Amino acid sequence: MRIVVLVKVVPDTNVERTLSLETGLADRATADLVADEIGERALEVALTYAEAHEGTDVHVLVVGPEESSASIRKCLAMGAASATHVVDDGLVGADLGLTAEVIAVALGRVGYDLVIAGNQSTDGMGGVLPAMVAEHLGLPSLTNLTAVTIGDAEVSGTRVSDDAAVGLSAPLPAVVSVTEALPDPRFPGFKGIMAAKKKPLDVISLADLGIDADDLSTSRSIMLAVDARPPRGAGVKITDDEGDAGIRLAAFLAENHQI
Amino acid sequence: MQRDIYDEDHEAFREVVKEFVKRYVTSEKAKQWDADGEVDRATMKAAAEHGIIGLSVPEEFGGAGMLMDFRFRSVVNEELIRSGHGSALASAAGIHDDLAVPYLAHFGTDAQKAKWLPKMATADVLGALAMTEPGAGSDLRAARTTAKKVDGGYVVNGAKTFISSGKTADIVVTFVKTGEGNRPDAFSLVILEDGMEGFEHGKKLHKMGFPGHDTAELSFSDVFVPDENLIGGVEGRGFVHLMMNLPLERLSIGAVAAAVGEAAVGWTLDYTTSREAFGKQVVDFQNTRFRLAEMATTVDVMWAYIDRAMNLYRQGKLSADEAAKVKFWCTEREWEILDQGVQLHGGYGYILEYPIARAFLDARVHRIYGGTNEVMREIVARSVTGRK
Repeated sequence: MRIVVLVKVVPDTNVERTLSLETGLADRATADLVADEIGERALEVALTYAEAHEGTDVHVLVVGPEESSASIRKCLAMGAASATHVVDDGLVGADLGLTAEVIAVALGRVGYDLVIAGNQSTDGMGGVLPAMVAEHLGLPSLTNLTAVTIGDAEVSGTRVSDDAAVGLSAPLPAVVSVTEALPDPRFPGFKGIMAAKKKPLDVISLADLGIDADDLSTSRSIMLAVDARPPRGAGVKITDDEGDAGIRLAAFLAENHQI
Repeated sequence: MQRDIYDEDHEAFREVVKEFVKRYVTSEKAKQWDADGEVDRATMKAAAEHGIIGLSVPEEFGGAGMLMDFRFRSVVNEELIRSGHGSALASAAGIHDDLAVPYLAHFGTDAQKAKWLPKMATADVLGALAMTEPGAGSDLRAARTTAKKVDGGYVVNGAKTFISSGKTADIVVTFVKTGEGNRPDAFSLVILEDGMEGFEHGKKLHKMGFPGHDTAELSFSDVFVPDENLIGGVEGRGFVHLMMNLPLERLSIGAVAAAVGEAAVGWTLDYTTSREAFGKQVVDFQNTRFRLAEMATTVDVMWAYIDRAMNLYRQGKLSADEAAKVKFWCTEREWEILDQGVQLHGGYGYILEYPIARAFLDARVHRIYGGTNEVMREIVARSVTGRK
């Protein structure tokens, strides 16, 4: 079985992230790039299964800038067998639709029985990409799973909402997305790093996939303007001059629908 | 200053160590190690699983095969020490990888390597090195622990003291007298195993620093050590073996000193940035700025020196007297940086909650062990003057 894990390379959430006011995109230059933490959990699901089931091949697919390679190597060091990296200037600022199309075509190229992704990235937080990929491929998609069981011919899992837990299953091939409720991912060691150097990493471009990023026959979202968040104004200060501060505070809160 | 000795593998490994620190080297764990006087074995094994311990064990025995390349070891030191909670673990890892494993990897017989190194790669077996005795420190040839030849092995009698990892080690590479007099060929190294009859780990010593790393007295009363535990299988090579590993031991201490210096600048910068006095941040006073500038510059020079020493070591060209320079010079600078860092922390620099205070106490021994800095200067003086 071949499991392909979709991993996004994002600015590290442990450091301050900024939006470039020129491009409207996350400023990747100012932040360390890391494999998205939910994506690593998705990889952990695949690796855990692969360890227990001989003949399972875990492949990592990344669409992202050139600087993603260290994070891809980390995925290989964690235990993935091989990886594909789609990198192309045409993908700078790509919307979810184009990204999903690229991933779907790339998946067709690498082959898959099961596709696992995080439910949303920690930077874009679109949360719809796995479903869009499934739609492109005509596959069932189980989204936002908090537990996953992979079988020989089907995948099942649990999606937890506010007041119910829904059990889901789908025949393979399928696309699933997992949440951060999944266990902490493993982290590599010295030997993993050294082994990763010998693992195949296929770097491809949009041309290799036959995709034209500028083809606007499909609707694309376009950023029209980006503005810095306005600075926070001074708050309202209520001083107790005449013993009526409590009443005025209550009135303020009521006015702002806080009570 | 940008260092240029690390490549992408070292940086990838640095991320591994950082993640290990995040998960295993917490403030709670450090407190536990301090209370217990030792690093728990589970953490040592977890470190080995990620290749953080066992770096010097040859690949064929399950290690990383980095015995002659200190760079990965330095990355381990840097990240463990920077965290402010990892000094005990860094110290324990250093004893194992720099002071115990090399004697087996370099000089051990094939049987000794096959028996011990795979377990040392996983930290199932931890090693220590025992040279110092109650009456013999720098003057090693005054050692009186004897190994008397008997049928099938040796009977060891004597005592060792100040042995780092002496309580937790499963095997102790022990410097013993197998001959008469104090000629270099009168000494050998033998492997003492925990649990051998007559081998007692004496009381745990209460030290000024490194409360979380065990240091112990060892005593040997008629301990039978089989022939197979004589390092290299030939008597009289002990002194030579020690001399051959000295460059690594001295480099190891010097590299720790640089890592501590770098961490101390970071801690001091953090503290003085967060602390206010007389209406401004302490970091904005000219005295603080000048001192931090000096400290940071000294750290750069230490790394320039250590990095060069690491390069020479990798080529097998770091001599014992060059390494002696590195050891004494870097540990003296470390001491000055820490003293300054403590001062800039004010009263908090005297409080053990703060990493600068713990590092200050830990560092005092860096000028004493691994050959006192006075002995180091003597060794350097011999090579400078050509006079004994």
